[in-house]
Amino acid sequence: MNYFLSEEQQMIKELAKKIAEEKMKPVREKYDENGEFPWEIVEALADADLCGLYIPEEYGGFGGGVLELCLCVEELCKIDGGIALCVAATALATFPLLLFGTEEQKKKFLPDIASGKKIAAFAVTEANAGSDAAGIQTTARKEGDFYILNGTKCFITNGGEAEIYVIIAMTNKGKGARGASAFIVEKDTPGFSFGKKENKMGIRASSTRELVFNECKIPKENLISREGQGFIITMKTFDASRPGVAAQALGIAAGALEDAVKYSRERIQFGRPICSFQAVQHMLADMATKVEAARALIYATARTIDNDPKARATKCSAMSKLFASDVAMEVTTNAVQVYGGYGYMREYPMEKRMRDAKITQIYEGTNQIQRDEIALALIKESARSK
Amino acid sequence: MNIVVCIKQVPATTEVKINPETNTLVREGVESIINPFDMYAIEEGLRIKEKVGGIVTVLTMGPPQAETALKEAISLGCDEAVLVSDRAFAGSDTLATAYTLARSIKKIDDFDLIICGKQAIDGDTAQVGPGISEELNIPCVTYVKKIEKIEDDKICVERMMEEGYAVIQLPIPCLITVVKEINEPRLPSLRGMMKAKKAQITILNAADIAAENNRIGQVGSPTLVSKIFAPPFKGEGEMILGDVGEQVEKLVNKLKETKVI
Ligand SMILES: Cc1cc2nc3c(=O)[nH]c(=O)nc-3n(C[C@H](O)[C@H](O)[C@H](O)COP(=O)(O)OP(=O)(O)OC[C@H]3O[C@@H](n4cnc5c(N)ncnc54)[C@H](O)[C@@H]3O)c2cc1C
Ligand SMILES: Cc1cc2nc3c(=O)[nH]c(=O)nc-3n(C[C@H](O)[C@H](O)[C@H](O)COP(=O)(O)OP(=O)(O)OC[C@H]3O[C@@H](n4cnc5c(N)ncnc54)[C@H](O)[C@@H]3O)c2cc1C
Repeated sequence: MNYFLSEEQQMIKELAKKIAEEKMKPVREKYDENGEFPWEIVEALADADLCGLYIPEEYGGFGGGVLELCLCVEELCKIDGGIALCVAATALATFPLLLFGTEEQKKKFLPDIASGKKIAAFAVTEANAGSDAAGIQTTARKEGDFYILNGTKCFITNGGEAEIYVIIAMTNKGKGARGASAFIVEKDTPGFSFGKKENKMGIRASSTRELVFNECKIPKENLISREGQGFIITMKTFDASRPGVAAQALGIAAGALEDAVKYSRERIQFGRPICSFQAVQHMLADMATKVEAARALIYATARTIDNDPKARATKCSAMSKLFASDVAMEVTTNAVQVYGGYGYMREYPMEKRMRDAKITQIYEGTNQIQRDEIALALIKESARSK
Repeated sequence: MNIVVCIKQVPATTEVKINPETNTLVREGVESIINPFDMYAIEEGLRIKEKVGGIVTVLTMGPPQAETALKEAISLGCDEAVLVSDRAFAGSDTLATAYTLARSIKKIDDFDLIICGKQAIDGDTAQVGPGISEELNIPCVTYVKKIEKIEDDKICVERMMEEGYAVIQLPIPCLITVVKEINEPRLPSLRGMMKAKKAQITILNAADIAAENNRIGQVGSPTLVSKIFAPPFKGEGEMILGDVGEQVEKLVNKLKETKVI
């Protein structure tokens, strides 16, 4: 299918593919096993200029948008859906700065992110506030020129490894969802420490950790936008970042499909390659159709956002994350089926893809929450058109 | 430091096919890549530049398509690229190639260091590097596995030997050829690829380098390839195992069996 990518976008794909094949492939098993953080790959991506694709040139980035980010994430995830998350989750934490940061904040934080010198993390979730994000308990109280943070975030991607953290905390509990604000907290700030490191089913190369704030004092300049904007910032950030999760899912699925087709041509049973059996063929045909549909939806969503970054893109953004992640789960499950017993073994990269795919249905809003948001948008649109 | 890296575009396979009638390489239909050893030469050139400053010029003699190899070198960080191309160069052997490259390097201005790969994976002669240095009358060290020190007027290198290595100091300007142990070549960067896309490649022909007609191309190539063949495959050897006594006994039996003794 022709997506009419520009020459630059083709280049990004080509380069990301090269890094994935030459740098990630040889180490993907190791990082999946030991769960260490793949700094060598972050460095490789930094050297290749792939860390700042979506950051404007004036801050040291490439000057692309969500589509460029998605193209890169997709290619990386064809080889490994966990390692690539160090970039994708950094983007999640960078969008609040890009969308709402002051000039000073952008100048201070974006160049190091664009160059790949630093990675970032975004933290909303708490033990008792997942889907119900408005239930967060972490607080930020103003004292003179500072804010003092207290509370614990959990399940934070890039936790412990990132230098730059965007934290959502309550500045005014009485106001409910309108009482939350977004802050930038740098690693090594006194009162900021790391708690439990999760041992996960998939994306094991990605670090998922608790962030603990205990009378953590940060300058008031680290407030993003105004007090009370915390959830508006979160929602708009998700609008921009969910296509990235979708691209992660797409890459995992596309990689699984590619390997499954290859394997089906090589594996001989009953004296012929298993790809000659219609039951296998139809499975592959359905997988390919869904992967392509997911790709089309994601690219169209990314282009819609890049065309007008200020407009709200909640509906299409949620649709691409919902659809691509469900496709990834189905396609990786069927790819394991095509591999038969070999697919179930750790020796082949297939079962890992199935484990990696699962997370895309859960984070940045579970797929139930995506459906809620899509439905809400539909109802609002309908009401408005009357 | 002005560094010149000589690169050759080669078929992306080690199974080179030979046209039996002309005894020349069949290049049609095979993807071309930069000679793998030259990737190490490029990397070393870039590392020296990053350390002491200067510019890296990549140079190749080849058909117009060799431009892709030069652009790839630019995407890795090389500054300038020169393609030496002329129908008159066709059929060059290693002597004519070395002469042509040496003339081109003279044209490039002040050069300090020339880096070549150990050998090309298609021709495999390892003669071009030393040939260039001879033509330019500068010292040459082959099989360099490490640059220990580099200053304005001299360079100290480790040359790989069968056992161990030799440490050699030589004055600049000079030429070295490098082995794969010297470094790990980098991958391109996005900015490099953008730069490569727009890069202007200098093209030099026979007249530009003031080449003598009888020293280039077929005419300037005294090498005559009379026959190319694959040596017959030797059968697999047999390991004789066991303790010394058993080994001797088995060996003697074998020798008797085959009527050697
Ligand atoms: C590996 C990993 C990395 C993560 N990284 C980050 C990160 O970087 N930053 C961050 O802030 N968070 C992160 N998270 C948290 C993630 O976003 C949450 O896990 C997710 O939002 C779901 O919240 P929960 O786990 O509390 O599930 P719950 O909210 O408890 O949901 C449990 C189930 O109930 C369903 N459910 C809940 N409410 C409703 C409803 N109203 N209608 C229908 N169904 C509902 C859910 O869909 C789900 O199936 C990460 C999580 C994981 C596992
Ligand atoms: C048996 C045989 C058959 C041949 N058949 C053909 C043929 O079919 N078609 C044909 O065009 N030529 C052919 N050649 C000719 C050609 O002589 C060599 O390929 C060429 O001279 C380079 O020699 P080499 O490949 O052995 O390189 P080597 O001497 O092994 O290369 C050493 C280094 O010199 C440098 N270098 C070599 N060549 C170049 C170059 N062109 N530009 C820049 N740097 C370079 C590189 O740094 C390389 O790593 C043949 C040569 C031989 C010996």
